[in-house]
Amino acid sequence: MPSKYDWPVAGKRSLIGKRISRLDGPAKASGAAKYAYDVNRPGMLVAKMLFSPHGHARVSSIDTSAAEKLPGVRAVRVLKAAGTELNYHGVEIAIVVADSEEIAGDGVRKINIKYEVLPHLVKEEDLSKIGNMGKPGQETTVGNPDQAFGQADVVTHEGYYGINTITHCCLEAHGQVAEWNGENCTVWASTQAVGRIGGDMAKVLANDPAFKDVKPASIRVLTDYMGGGFGSKFAPDVWGVECARLSKQTGKPIKLMLDRDQELLAAGMRPSDYAKVKVAAKKDGSVVAWQSESWGTGGPGGGQFPGIPYVFTEIPNKRTRHISVATNTGPGRAWRAPNHPQAAALTMCALEDLAHKLNMNPLDFFLKNVGLSARGDVYRAELLKAAELMDWKTKWHPRGQGGKGHIKQGVGLSIHTWGGRPHDSDCRCIINPDGSVQVQLGSQDLGSGTRTVIAIVAAETLGLPLSGVQVQIGDSNYPPSGASGGSTTVGGVSSSTRRASVKALDKLFEAVASSLGTTADKLVARDGRIVVEGDPAKSLTWKAACAKLGTKTISEIGRQPMKDEGTLADQGVGGVQMSEVEVDTETGIVTMKKSVVVQDCGLVIDLKTAESQVFGAVIMGVCSALYEERIFDQQTGTMLNADMEFYKLSGIGDVGEIVVHMMNIYDQRGVIGLGEPPAISPPAAIANAVTNAIGVRVETIPFTPDKVLAALEKGGRG
Amino acid sequence: MKKTTTESQGRKGKPDKGFSRRSFLGVGIGGGAVASLPSGLEAAQAAAGGRTLGPGPVPIALRINGKVHNLNIEPRVTLLDALRNHLDLTGAKKVCDRATCGACTVILGGRAVYSCTVLAIEAQGKEIQTIEGLAPAGKLHPVSSAFVEHDAQQCGFCTPGFVMAAKAFLDRNPAATLPQIERGLSGNLCRCGTYIGMRQAVLDAARQMKGGSRA
Repeated sequence: MPSKYDWPVAGKRSLIGKRISRLDGPAKASGAAKYAYDVNRPGMLVAKMLFSPHGHARVSSIDTSAAEKLPGVRAVRVLKAAGTELNYHGVEIAIVVADSEEIAGDGVRKINIKYEVLPHLVKEEDLSKIGNMGKPGQETTVGNPDQAFGQADVVTHEGYYGINTITHCCLEAHGQVAEWNGENCTVWASTQAVGRIGGDMAKVLANDPAFKDVKPASIRVLTDYMGGGFGSKFAPDVWGVECARLSKQTGKPIKLMLDRDQELLAAGMRPSDYAKVKVAAKKDGSVVAWQSESWGTGGPGGGQFPGIPYVFTEIPNKRTRHISVATNTGPGRAWRAPNHPQAAALTMCALEDLAHKLNMNPLDFFLKNVGLSARGDVYRAELLKAAELMDWKTKWHPRGQGGKGHIKQGVGLSIHTWGGRPHDSDCRCIINPDGSVQVQLGSQDLGSGTRTVIAIVAAETLGLPLSGVQVQIGDSNYPPSGASGGSTTVGGVSSSTRRASVKALDKLFEAVASSLGTTADKLVARDGRIVVEGDPAKSLTWKAACAKLGTKTISEIGRQPMKDEGTLADQGVGGVQMSEVEVDTETGIVTMKKSVVVQDCGLVIDLKTAESQVFGAVIMGVCSALYEERIFDQQTGTMLNADMEFYKLSGIGDVGEIVVHMMNIYDQRGVIGLGEPPAISPPAAIANAVTNAIGVRVETIPFTPDKVLAALEKGGRG
Repeated sequence: MKKTTTESQGRKGKPDKGFSRRSFLGVGIGGGAVASLPSGLEAAQAAAGGRTLGPGPVPIALRINGKVHNLNIEPRVTLLDALRNHLDLTGAKKVCDRATCGACTVILGGRAVYSCTVLAIEAQGKEIQTIEGLAPAGKLHPVSSAFVEHDAQQCGFCTPGFVMAAKAFLDRNPAATLPQIERGLSGNLCRCGTYIGMRQAVLDAARQMKGGSRA
């Protein structure tokens, strides 16, 4: 059913789908943007935390008296009293609040603490060494895998694959500034959930008699800018709750931001997954059976089944079993497309190895099997487009033919899927008699371009230039909008903004129709004017039209979801990536040459920031495929590289060329989030490219030089 | 490892006659530039008549964006913390705090430095330029505007550091090629993955700065 809220059709869009620079770009690029970390309040104190130096220990005794006596220290709070078990290196034990960051650090060092060190497990890859820390899940069987593997005309491949844990490594550390004014608290937080964490904090604080009157609405959260979350910043966290508590106790604003080591130790990681996979296909390449035993860790709580086989979910015969391994390592948090990069790596690598065994070009093999997915036609079109952009036909070669010298070339591919159902969102659109417009949402811009998308939708709807709309977000006092995660934001905020803007415009039309000698239904807004449709000579400038409101202000709420107000956003996409690498077989160094991304994304609101999202997703994928790993020492139970010197990210020279192709042909589906999908395939596609280059499989990600050389040693140097 | 290789190539390649923040800071080998810079610490000690400074607060003067600021801070306070915590100049960000990521980059005596690894007292007597002083209020430096135009930023937390590093690099290498830019900016890291736009932005800024719109 067509609705007045529907997106304008392609030929009638003035802003939507264009390449528009992010509105907060100038503030960020000039240093004016204020992040939580940048908030300095009058009289503000600074807090730092003592965290566990052990993988697994118990607090034997803790004495904070020396810290408390230190001049400049204002408060010390013990979070883990004597007798408390500490489950991982980095878990918080105590907080010191002081006049300065330096003194807070001195205070932490003055805490006299003794530990009873307990047995730990920090490495999960070798199942024979995990002791009793594994929790086997139920075996799931579909069809008859034994019979399928036993057929005479099938080719079977068995292999081992793995993808390690990585951290989020947000550049702005987790943390906040908290300040009380009577019974109300303001928290400037680095968060993905402006509308949620204040309430969450209040609930925890209310258990403390000193805070019994604190209500969710008592805590206002502000996040004008935030320096990266990637799934790790949905909760107030211990440091948020304690910052607020200690601020009340000291009567002063407090800043508590994690130090870099604690950020990498405790503030988020992506779980690992390893799997022994057996997969079989008929000689024509059709996959008939999958069997896997997988395991992985998400820290002390164990790890989830990643969902394999991935994308090819309709393989007729399957048997899967997953072992959740609890380790004494910093706990997992949602990490951009939770479970999907791991599932893609395990699945796409096993299938590529099977294609090799069948002597098939993996492109043909994937084309042959995409019917086993939920969107075969989408993948087919995307694979062909990607192959064209990569020049796959020329670049792909059978294994072992990567080049004559020690520099070998290879290409690889992977496919992925993601949901991204739009989150709930309310938007308030205000049109003032002076012609100014405010659009308010309790949302947040993580750097994905949310602020810009909202402005584009409102300005497009109201027929105004972008400068005619003020976007007000990052404040829990605005109408509630969901947390930003899982690619749910763009669909949510664009839908609610569109509806609020249409409703507000309708009110304006009603207010000015008579003065234009017509009725509201005959009016349209375009080019900064309110125009009588079919009679363009009759019009008012936007300002003149708004002046007719007199002293009245229009304020309308638009909501997502709203059943009777059109379908403006959707969920469910497929995407394809191809990677080209060079591998130096003398040094083991893998160099990115090119990545091709063909992504289904629905209606694009801002092509420029949408492309940036995809570039960023691929680059994060390159980081995790080639550089990133939490390095743990089983002797001491500690993480050895909780810093940015040895926890490596790619630099500007490490990422190669990236070609992005958006499959805009699906834009009738409405808006679909784009943050997660392109972040899924890079490790798998790069894994397959490395294998294609050197002729042997490097079993586990990341492909650091030592592992590449070891695989070459084991597999022969071709 | 790959990155180390890139960086050491950057030092060896020296497209910019000894410019390298890593070598300036003496991180790693090949610190040709270190000796050529006057030591602010020595100057501070000389001013104190050879006495040991600290550990309590000491008076210092920093010349930042053309203006002198007098502070009373502990000698252990870094230039970054002095800027952020004592002067509310928060454009330079604290991220790694160990001279790795470049988010804290400022220009000290004409050279880009990691301000997290320079003591504030060492920075006395030299002109300090921060991102706040890069362009007059309400205007954007060509490097900043190129970052906006090419969307060389997402969360934006690394951006001020990259802008300062790029500005300092282009001042010394106005005709830089893309490979030289990649080496010149290899001392900064971005987590959101904005390098594609950044390459274009820095190339574009180089063209514009040569074109006479240099701030």
